[in-house]
Amino acid sequence: MTETATQLGFTAEAFNALLGSRKEPDWLTELRRSAFKTFSASSLPDRSEEEWMRTDIRLFHPERFAPPAIGDASASSEEIVEPLLTRGVQLAGRTAAVDGRTVVDQLEPKWADRGVLFGSLGRLVAQHGELLRPHLLARAVDPHADYFSALHAAFWTGGTLLYVPRGVVVDEPFHMISSLNDGRVDLGHTLVVLEEGAEATLLAETASADERAGGLHCGAIELLVGPNASLRYVNLQNWGSGVWHFARQKALVDRDARLQWTIGALGSRLAKVNQHVALVGPGADVQVNGVMFTQGKQHLSYHTLQHHEAPSCHSDLLYKAGLQGHSRTVWRGMIKVDRAAQKTDGYQRNDSLILNSNARADSIPGLEIEADDVRCTHGSTAGRVDEEQVFYARSRGYTRQEAIRMIVTGFFQQIFDRITIESVRDALAEAIGRRIREYE
Amino acid sequence: MIDVMKHESLKITNLHVAVEGKPILHGVNLEIRRGETHALMGPNGSGKSTLGFAVAGHPKYEVTEGTIELCGETINDWSPDKRARQGVFMAFQRPMAIPGVKMADFLRHATTNVRRPDRKEGEDLIPMREFRKELRGKMEQLKMDMEFARRYVNDGFSGGEMKRAEILQLAMLMPKFAILDETDSGLDADAVRLASESIAQIGGDEMGILIITHHDKLLEHNTPDYTHVMLGGRIVETAGKELAEELHSQGYDRVRADYPEAAEAELGVRS
Repeated sequence: MTETATQLGFTAEAFNALLGSRKEPDWLTELRRSAFKTFSASSLPDRSEEEWMRTDIRLFHPERFAPPAIGDASASSEEIVEPLLTRGVQLAGRTAAVDGRTVVDQLEPKWADRGVLFGSLGRLVAQHGELLRPHLLARAVDPHADYFSALHAAFWTGGTLLYVPRGVVVDEPFHMISSLNDGRVDLGHTLVVLEEGAEATLLAETASADERAGGLHCGAIELLVGPNASLRYVNLQNWGSGVWHFARQKALVDRDARLQWTIGALGSRLAKVNQHVALVGPGADVQVNGVMFTQGKQHLSYHTLQHHEAPSCHSDLLYKAGLQGHSRTVWRGMIKVDRAAQKTDGYQRNDSLILNSNARADSIPGLEIEADDVRCTHGSTAGRVDEEQVFYARSRGYTRQEAIRMIVTGFFQQIFDRITIESVRDALAEAIGRRIREYE
Repeated sequence: MIDVMKHESLKITNLHVAVEGKPILHGVNLEIRRGETHALMGPNGSGKSTLGFAVAGHPKYEVTEGTIELCGETINDWSPDKRARQGVFMAFQRPMAIPGVKMADFLRHATTNVRRPDRKEGEDLIPMREFRKELRGKMEQLKMDMEFARRYVNDGFSGGEMKRAEILQLAMLMPKFAILDETDSGLDADAVRLASESIAQIGGDEMGILIITHHDKLLEHNTPDYTHVMLGGRIVETAGKELAEELHSQGYDRVRADYPEAAEAELGVRS
């Protein structure tokens, strides 16, 4: 552990040490400074705010965490957690970070030759500052939105960039993994820019070295999908059960572009995520898949927004949650349709399967529609495993546990059927299957 | 048929069953030997399905008195899955849908468990190729489209499709004893004929079958060795196939008149 890592708290001292250690474009330093100003002036949100009403963070003490260690001196690729999404997959490039420090940074030369940029955001922003300036924390995620977005924008390190130039179709997926050791901090930033007609798939994983590990992740994801471009983005959140997870995630999807965004939310002690999809060009088409599985005392709070800003767009969101132990999920979904967004076709649905009567699922769908020629539907269900289904399976020779595992797997199958990436389907099914086994 | 099989029976003695504290069966006696076909008839609410659920081991159906014996062993305390693995099968009147689980996967797991009663969870299933081949054969025999196997268990099935799916499960699991609870309801005349033929074919002379039905069509190819009439939670009369014919054409008025006590109990159950 380096000396800087032992300095706790997101203090001015820590901030200045961070700035001093980085060679970044001036505009980025300014961005950090302005975010730090906002951060210093803001306080942790409390339960009087609608978004935090159901999510109690009184036990979260940011002063007990240290900003990621500066420099790569102690970084080791041996600390990377085994990835789940890459089995049998030929990758176009990969990055890995440990405790917010990039330790693997690779791009296949054939894609580099086509002008693709992929790798450590910290490295690439130093090399391609002017190219990234209009995109990084400028169009999608607002650094000043709240305490956590400001903390992230001021202190982020590591991170991953994927930039695909106009018309380039990358038919192999990219992979990134952020690993956390117990008690450490990851403030990774993900930026994806697809120019017009570009196509790519990015598989992103976050995981702890130990499933019971603690730590802090305060991150942001920005997906900028240009006209007629196509992006498949997967993020599998598999932090240890002691990790605090705060994230702002936003996609801007332009004219006739397509985005398939799949979220697997399995880990963390407490997660508070804002997932925001903005359909900003006519004909944009977005599919969002959310798979949540919680246990123990986990609390996962996901706030989704499908914002139709342009006409004739389609968005389709399905979140499914399985809960056991004393865990709790909160899903608060909103479809917002601007006056200009005529011919909108929007859908959102959240289904929760409660495996233990101590678990609780809150589902709050919402519509806010200003246009008059739209079709928007929403729905949600929450319930226990049906004992009649269990008996039916048992009458066919299944044990009770086999029956429950099958029913829960079937519950998630509807969402797996939508996911077009086999390794992702398999990894999610396996991870969930393993957790149900633990339930016995 | 091997002689030893004939001695294997499903024997129900003085069975009393309550559902949520409410007594439904009041002392049922019935013995089915392998190779025999029994018809169980009776008005709605007389307790026929209750008998099926009690034998299959549904936890809500509490046996308050009497015994269920399988090949000489009392199975009152057996779990439903143990009963299934030891050769008891019930075709449900209203099978449950299990969305997201393909019929073929559901059956492969079930078939493995039933054929290897000692199988522990996580142990290998019947090899996929071997299973598919067998399943295809059975489905052809039952004139079912293979597409059926790729659909989710009973999810969005029509009434008729559900019943055919139950028969397919019967064919794959090949139990020693099968209770078919109104496997003809919801089927048109042709489908009932097909079901009747299929059951006869599957059952052969090694399966003991209890057919719960209101009609005689399902019995066309499954001539009952015995016909039982249930009324007010008891079997009040047992005879041959002619009784099934009588009940189908003339209803239960004669039975009610002959067994006033049971008829009264029937009213009690209904109220």
